[in-house]
Amino acid sequence: MLGLLHSLEIAVGATIVGLFIGICGAYGKLYGGPVVRDLLAVYTTVVRAVPELVLILLLYYAGTDLINQVLTAIGYQRVDISGLVAGIAVLGFCQGAYSTEVMRGAILAIPQGQIEAARAFGMSPGLLLRRITLPAMLPFAIPGLANLWLIATKDTALLAVVGFFELTLATRQAAGVTKAYLIFYLAAGVLYLAVTLFSNFLLGRAEKWARRGMPSVKEAR
Amino acid sequence: MSAVEAAAVSSGKAQSGAAEAIHVENLHKKFGQLHVLKGVSLSARDGEVIAIIGGSGSGKSTLLRCINCLENPTSGIIRVNGEEIKLKADSHGHTVPADRKQIERIRSKLGMVFQNFNLWSHMTLIENVIEVPVHVLGVKRDEAIAQAEKLLARVGLAEKRDVYPAYLSGGQQQRAAIARALAINPRVMLFDEPTSALDPELVGEVLKVIGDLAREGRTMVLVTHEMKFAREVATHVVYLYNGLVEEEGPPEQIFGAPKSERLKQFIRNVG
Repeated sequence: MLGLLHSLEIAVGATIVGLFIGICGAYGKLYGGPVVRDLLAVYTTVVRAVPELVLILLLYYAGTDLINQVLTAIGYQRVDISGLVAGIAVLGFCQGAYSTEVMRGAILAIPQGQIEAARAFGMSPGLLLRRITLPAMLPFAIPGLANLWLIATKDTALLAVVGFFELTLATRQAAGVTKAYLIFYLAAGVLYLAVTLFSNFLLGRAEKWARRGMPSVKEAR
Repeated sequence: MSAVEAAAVSSGKAQSGAAEAIHVENLHKKFGQLHVLKGVSLSARDGEVIAIIGGSGSGKSTLLRCINCLENPTSGIIRVNGEEIKLKADSHGHTVPADRKQIERIRSKLGMVFQNFNLWSHMTLIENVIEVPVHVLGVKRDEAIAQAEKLLARVGLAEKRDVYPAYLSGGQQQRAAIARALAINPRVMLFDEPTSALDPELVGEVLKVIGDLAREGRTMVLVTHEMKFAREVATHVVYLYNGLVEEEGPPEQIFGAPKSERLKQFIRNVG
């Protein structure tokens, strides 16, 4: 149960980090200058090309090492980066690349006239993002972001390889000690399933809310 | 202040009467190689209704969209409310507004109505109408709602206040868009072909609302294909041809006794 809690903590944290990177990334890709666009293209390509497990190992070990080297170089004490923070950062970094593309597609799906109208009435870029772009893109982004959230809950299992105590590692340890492999792994599977079912319920509600101004597609069939 | 501008100001003062709400001078706009506006000047005094007419591709919508910098002019002077929009060249050589705050302030005084309505689809009508007053102009929410209810009632949509735009007809959406533009209490209303996307039987209800505004003395710049309507409501008509003002004057003259051959032909074709 502590393992499940840790898994969810990481998944939630990584999704939030990923969403933030995704919004910035999508904005940068759509409206940024050539340098920003190129950098983001490299980021999304590399992250989506390299297997997540490799990225996790790379960023977890090399990343914490790099941070500590930088810290000692500028005269600070080495810090012990907690598995939770590192896990959130690493998975968030991976999620960010995917959600950049999801959000970019969603922003492109907004009828441009709505953005133009907001500009014509004197909205500043920040207000425009908050009041118009984000809520208007949500219906187009939610299915893709829901995918990313579900993937995030399961990607937390990959953190077992770096020794982070999440659901999969907890299961492996418990199963190893008691030798009741079937029961513990089945139980873990059921817990993942429960998370997904609960998420589906919430996401369905969220999507319904986000689509509040849109007629049902069934009626247009 | 340039010599041209100084001359314009002094000539403006010489003409007594209402203050000049919009002043456009020698406006050029190029899209790459395409030279859409080739030196257009336009003036709207308080209470005037300026109708811009012209064939497809004559630059009339571009001219209107330059006034609030939805399109950045390539060169020229634009003054709104006596305040000149500051422009500068960016690193690519495009002209862009120099001062974002200034352009936002100016835009919030111009009520724009679009061909495709462009209501915000995630907001109900009342939310659409209070959006700019509350979030851009800082009006208190209850005051904005009270005012928005009056405006919606005025355009005949009081009972639709909590409906989302997608559930309304084009004519209803355009009337709501007019209410949204009125809600900022604009110095000038800008209409960009407000009836072009409407079914013929819905055009009348929108023109009626616009006509009422004209009759109560609201300053408006109107790009339109409705010649009969332009003749009825406009105080001044500008005929654009190929990026230049071919002829302008009071509606009786433009429609009754056009001088230019092109304008004569245009009126024959659309009338």
